[in-house]
Amino acid sequence: MTTTTPARVKEFRLPDLGEGLTESEIVQWHVAEGDTVELNQIIADVETAKAVVELPSPYAGTVLRLHEAAGTVVDVGAPIVSFEVAGEPGAAPAITPSVPPASAPTTASDEHAAPNPNPAMDSATDTDAATDAAPAKREPNLVGYGAAVEKSGRPQRRSRTRSVSVPETAAPAATPVTALEPPAGSSAQPPAERPRSTPPVRKLARDLGIALETLTGSGPEGLIVRDDVLSAVGGSPAELPALHSSALHSSVAASDSAEPTAGPTAGVTRTPIRGMRKHTAAAMVASAFTAPHVTEFLTIDVTPTMELLTGLKASRAFEGTRVTPLTIVAKALCIAVARNPTVNSSWDERAQEIVQYADVHLGIAAATPRGLLVPNIKAAQSLPLVELARSLGSLTETARAGKTPPADLTGGTISITNIGVFGIDAGTPILNPGEAAILAVGAVRSMPWEYQGAVALRSVMTLSLSFDHRLVDGEQGSRFLADIGTILRNPAMVLTMV
Amino acid sequence: MTQDHALQGSEFHGGPRVPGAGTASGTVLPGPAHDGADEPVQLIDRHGVRHAHEHYDGLVADVDGAELRKLYEDMVVVRRIDAEATALQRQGELALWPPLLGQEAAQIGSGRALREDDFVFSSYRENAVAYCRGVDLTDLLRVWRGNASSGWDPYTINMATPQVIIGAQTLHATGYAMGILQDGDDAVAVTYFGDGATSQGDVNEAMVFAASYQAPVVFFCQNNHWAISEPVGLQAHVPIARRAPGFGIPSVRVDGNDVLACLAVTREALARARSGGGPTFIEAVTYRMGPHTTADDPKRYRDANELEDWASRDPLARLATLLDSLGLLDADYTDAVKATADAIAADLRQGCLSMPEPEPTDVFKHVYSAPNSWLDRQQDHYERYLASFEQAPQEGSR
Repeated sequence: MTTTTPARVKEFRLPDLGEGLTESEIVQWHVAEGDTVELNQIIADVETAKAVVELPSPYAGTVLRLHEAAGTVVDVGAPIVSFEVAGEPGAAPAITPSVPPASAPTTASDEHAAPNPNPAMDSATDTDAATDAAPAKREPNLVGYGAAVEKSGRPQRRSRTRSVSVPETAAPAATPVTALEPPAGSSAQPPAERPRSTPPVRKLARDLGIALETLTGSGPEGLIVRDDVLSAVGGSPAELPALHSSALHSSVAASDSAEPTAGPTAGVTRTPIRGMRKHTAAAMVASAFTAPHVTEFLTIDVTPTMELLTGLKASRAFEGTRVTPLTIVAKALCIAVARNPTVNSSWDERAQEIVQYADVHLGIAAATPRGLLVPNIKAAQSLPLVELARSLGSLTETARAGKTPPADLTGGTISITNIGVFGIDAGTPILNPGEAAILAVGAVRSMPWEYQGAVALRSVMTLSLSFDHRLVDGEQGSRFLADIGTILRNPAMVLTMV
Repeated sequence: MTQDHALQGSEFHGGPRVPGAGTASGTVLPGPAHDGADEPVQLIDRHGVRHAHEHYDGLVADVDGAELRKLYEDMVVVRRIDAEATALQRQGELALWPPLLGQEAAQIGSGRALREDDFVFSSYRENAVAYCRGVDLTDLLRVWRGNASSGWDPYTINMATPQVIIGAQTLHATGYAMGILQDGDDAVAVTYFGDGATSQGDVNEAMVFAASYQAPVVFFCQNNHWAISEPVGLQAHVPIARRAPGFGIPSVRVDGNDVLACLAVTREALARARSGGGPTFIEAVTYRMGPHTTADDPKRYRDANELEDWASRDPLARLATLLDSLGLLDADYTDAVKATADAIAADLRQGCLSMPEPEPTDVFKHVYSAPNSWLDRQQDHYERYLASFEQAPQEGSR
């Protein structure tokens, strides 16, 4: 099954890094093909349903091949790196680099699954397990719980090893084997309950590539016995090659992947919808189609705010603190919330209640390498400006570093999205699920604007506010937006508002 | 004898008892300097400065430079073992591993105080204690690789295999210590557990029995601040050491990251137990710097600043500083220590990878010490069942 090319190529398969995990995402590679690595050198960061962990290299040698790109979700047991290992004479047979092996059958059903209709409120619990778990359930992420069951496939078993010299090589190579009898009904229908049989017979069937579902048991109460399996094989004209357990899987994989993606077009990349993307999508859909959105726009001359910023930057109190238009907008929003509290509330469909929050837990949408996160600043209304500025700075930094503590990702009451950093003026933001309002802050532009009866070049910004019309009427939303505008137009107006 | 002890125990009411009082042999050490006091005993501070201590200095008077170096080497080695085992888990060679990172001083300091005939009952994190007891490192990994139900014969190193049930080992230790009393021996049972375990009924029951029988048992609690994801303050509104006097057990709080202080307080507790002074409770205040196990991600529940604070109290770093200030940390020495640690780690890896997998019928071993006909029958059935797998390929490929 394997050729005897130069030995010492070792394959590293993704281990179960927690207890009972079925897959993990490769977040980042720390090595490239051709790199020399030492034993236990960190080669990758891997995110499981439980933790982001560092993978230490199991071998000293050269990285021959990285089988999976960063960002890929890999099944436990699938090869991820091949090493060329110095020393260790001729123990390991060569690995034939080939198509990623039988990972397809188990993932297929997962991918076809419908998007979760009930996304959790915490829009940023960023694991697959979180995505798939019902919101009411506590996510089992600690010792002894194991990951949420996501797969319909059977658990993958690690091949048994007897000694060092013959490690993973005992695992089957991924050469597709022609099925002797294509399993009937292998298409989209959910698999029927597995017919009754005994473990030895199941193993025989698997070895011979016979799907038990296609057999009728002749044993007591329909039990499938050895003879049923063997007679199913008997009809086949093909010779019986040395089969192993991957045979059935491979054949299913082949037929499954052939149908939906038949005739792949050049220039088209198909990426499975998973992880953060899947979760974000579900949250957005839920928000957009449960909360009737109203969006209002307000374009204002923020020159006085920009002047205020210049003053703050020069002041000793703000030394070393990053103050930006967002800082002032955040403060203005907190002040405006105090005057228009309905925007800081939540619609509790189940309890048939409107939840009004005393504190402003201010969410800030952050684009991170792993996707959209909305960490929030707790009780933002109570923070003096300098602390608010610092919180904003550290919040996004922490989020980008992937280190936001879970508590900061839940419990937000209202959000800001800063689209101005991308040079955008306005948009219709979609509410963070469970919140009643979201403010998009546009770019500050130098524009000709009416100023003291003449046209002058002024700093102008557009604010876009979406609110949940179930909770917030046009009047309240408009007043809220106007209040923010008033402050940004002339920060001194705060004196009249608090 | 046992009855006497029980009666004597009942004489003490109110206030922590003075060890040695009420026992025939009054040859014990002076009363504990810290009877449940909150300030931990410390001999080496976080900056590696040795502080004199009127009570505990005498207990470690024999620890000279050479002995300090040995303690340092022990700690480097066990940290290396821990790192290697963690890597092996990440590489899929172990199913799970409970790291001890940060708790080296508590375990080495106490472990090195023990006599060969003392008996240890530990939880699953006391791999450094097992190292002190002379465990075969391969045996240490067997359970975590899923190759055996337990790693070693407890009587070969006088240490029971790790207890996974939280706190249950304290009962085993107390029972063993009651046995020592019956034998009239002067060995001591030492049990290790964490701050979370003190909430378990077992631990409290063990303390009641230990006090009642004045059993020679040392309760060594490593307060590593986290019971998986629950901070210690949630379960202990006062220092844990303060609970023991309520059971009539003298207690001491020690800086668990100070190997010398841990050695000193453990020696004191052992001496008390050997001389008929009964149990002692030690709370070693330390910190679990890693995850609860390799399947846990502490970043999800604890503040990175806290980790930083404790990193500045690292048990190895402070001893290195002390050795350096004594002129004992030359390059030759540190290189030799590193080489030792690396060699041990390489052995550990080799032992792990070359561990033969158990046979299915191994499950029948160690059930009874003598032959058992019912079990033999079950084994026979099972073997015939296993054989039925083997028939498959031949028939299939006729």
